[in-house]
Amino acid sequence: MTGQLATAPRQRTGVLVEQVVRTFGDRNVLDHLDLTIDDDELVVLLGPSGCGKSTLLRLLAGLDKPDGGRIEVPAKRAVVFQADRLLPWQRVLRNVTLGLRGPDADERARKALSEVNLAGREKAWPKQLSGGEAQRVALARALVAEPELILLDEPFASLDAITRVRMHDLIRALRIKHHASMLLVTHDVDEAIALADRIVVMSNGRIGNAHLVQLSAAAREASVAREELRAALLADLGLASQH
Amino acid sequence: MGTTMTNVIVAAKPAAPSGPPAAASAPSRSRDVFLPGSVRRQTVFGTLRRRLRWPLGIYTTPVVILVVWEILARSGLLEPTYAPAPSDIISTTISLWRDGVLGPDLAISLQRAGIGLLLGLSVGIVTGVLGGFLRSGEYLFNGLAQILNTIPLLAVLPLMVVWFGIDELTKILLIAFGAGVPMYLNLFAAIRGVDQRLIEMAHTTGASRWRVVSRVLLPGAFPGFLVGLRFSLAYSILGLVAAETVNADQGLGFLITQAQTYLQTNKVFVGLVIYSILGLLADQFVRILERVFLRWRSSYEAT
Repeated sequence: MTGQLATAPRQRTGVLVEQVVRTFGDRNVLDHLDLTIDDDELVVLLGPSGCGKSTLLRLLAGLDKPDGGRIEVPAKRAVVFQADRLLPWQRVLRNVTLGLRGPDADERARKALSEVNLAGREKAWPKQLSGGEAQRVALARALVAEPELILLDEPFASLDAITRVRMHDLIRALRIKHHASMLLVTHDVDEAIALADRIVVMSNGRIGNAHLVQLSAAAREASVAREELRAALLADLGLASQH
Repeated sequence: MGTTMTNVIVAAKPAAPSGPPAAASAPSRSRDVFLPGSVRRQTVFGTLRRRLRWPLGIYTTPVVILVVWEILARSGLLEPTYAPAPSDIISTTISLWRDGVLGPDLAISLQRAGIGLLLGLSVGIVTGVLGGFLRSGEYLFNGLAQILNTIPLLAVLPLMVVWFGIDELTKILLIAFGAGVPMYLNLFAAIRGVDQRLIEMAHTTGASRWRVVSRVLLPGAFPGFLVGLRFSLAYSILGLVAAETVNADQGLGFLITQAQTYLQTNKVFVGLVIYSILGLLADQFVRILERVFLRWRSSYEAT
């Protein structure tokens, strides 16, 4: 009876994380953590390395199981990892169609590739791509199945600053076409401000402060509100003493 | 700000005692200049080196050895019974072929190697795939394969003679044993060694189980499979040589033992040369497979 209740979904969209515990040895990486993500919302999970951000993301992806609590996520979900994780022995197009079925798979993959500005690169081998191109293929691979939840695990951390800014623009453009809940894990405060609808800061295995970001694109680049948010986030991360 | 910096430099210049000539008189620092290859390689030595290197490639040393060998044999420094001249070996090969001795012997040897390889590779591949994919497969085959791997091929021969007699069966089983064990070990390691992060990624895309196997695990294990194949081919030829020294009345091994009995060193060399050519062909075969199927690996660096 209780088992049935526990597995029955409670809401139709978004993400619901309740009192989730995950321990490695005697270390509580996630300690009764709560988090919700609404439909079509982009939540940025901010925190220093080793704070359990990636652990939470892996739980949401279904790559790991919690030791306690409850997690509810859409079945249609996709992950973009920090490394591109492309199959080196498959051409770009085949990398994108990996999870697809049906006769229109190639056509959908081509469309997804053109959305990330990689039309015409379908036949390239992953080794021939630059870091930014490879990561865009990974993005196309995630988008092509029209997921309801996209999990991004520091996807731009290994890219150079210029490419990273272009990727931010790309993400903003893609959000207009694709409606999905998104969780972006990062340790980069500026990236968080550039992209987030809501920024949650993680500390001691729980979600600490949350900041709703309701700024225009221009205000995210430079404004008083931006600087205030930045200062608040740095304070949350314990870096405020430097100012 | 830029102007200020320029001013500082300009102001500093007159302060230096001798100005620009100081750099010329100071001990020269070593510097590298890089030019396009065609410009730099115009030296006589460079051209000579390229000419020398180009036509022979990795076969330079073998060819040099052959030439020296030929000269030594012709000048009489090397006894024909000790090491006949390469040209003698070639003419012996041709005459053996014309006499209809070499053809049937080679055919029977190739047949043995082929059947043994087929058997050994089949068993090695089937058990390797099962062991690689299934935990129970690993428990069934891995211990046995590790034990078999420690037994030298040649040491099994006497036992096989006792068990299976001195006929074809022993020879084929010995070759199969030599081919099967390295194939299993390499295939098992290759499947288990496929990057875990790629398998994980494939699962997150919602790919079916068969998709993960066919697009991630099998292609990922293929380089290791080719390593196994290379070992299998080499060991099967080793097994062939060993097997044919026992009670053979046909085949290359028979040719060699018979020639040894009559001190016909040139015929012994013919056998050895053919064995080595078989080995080279096997190696080339795997190289071609690599070039065709592992294009993704070299697409960037090698072209």
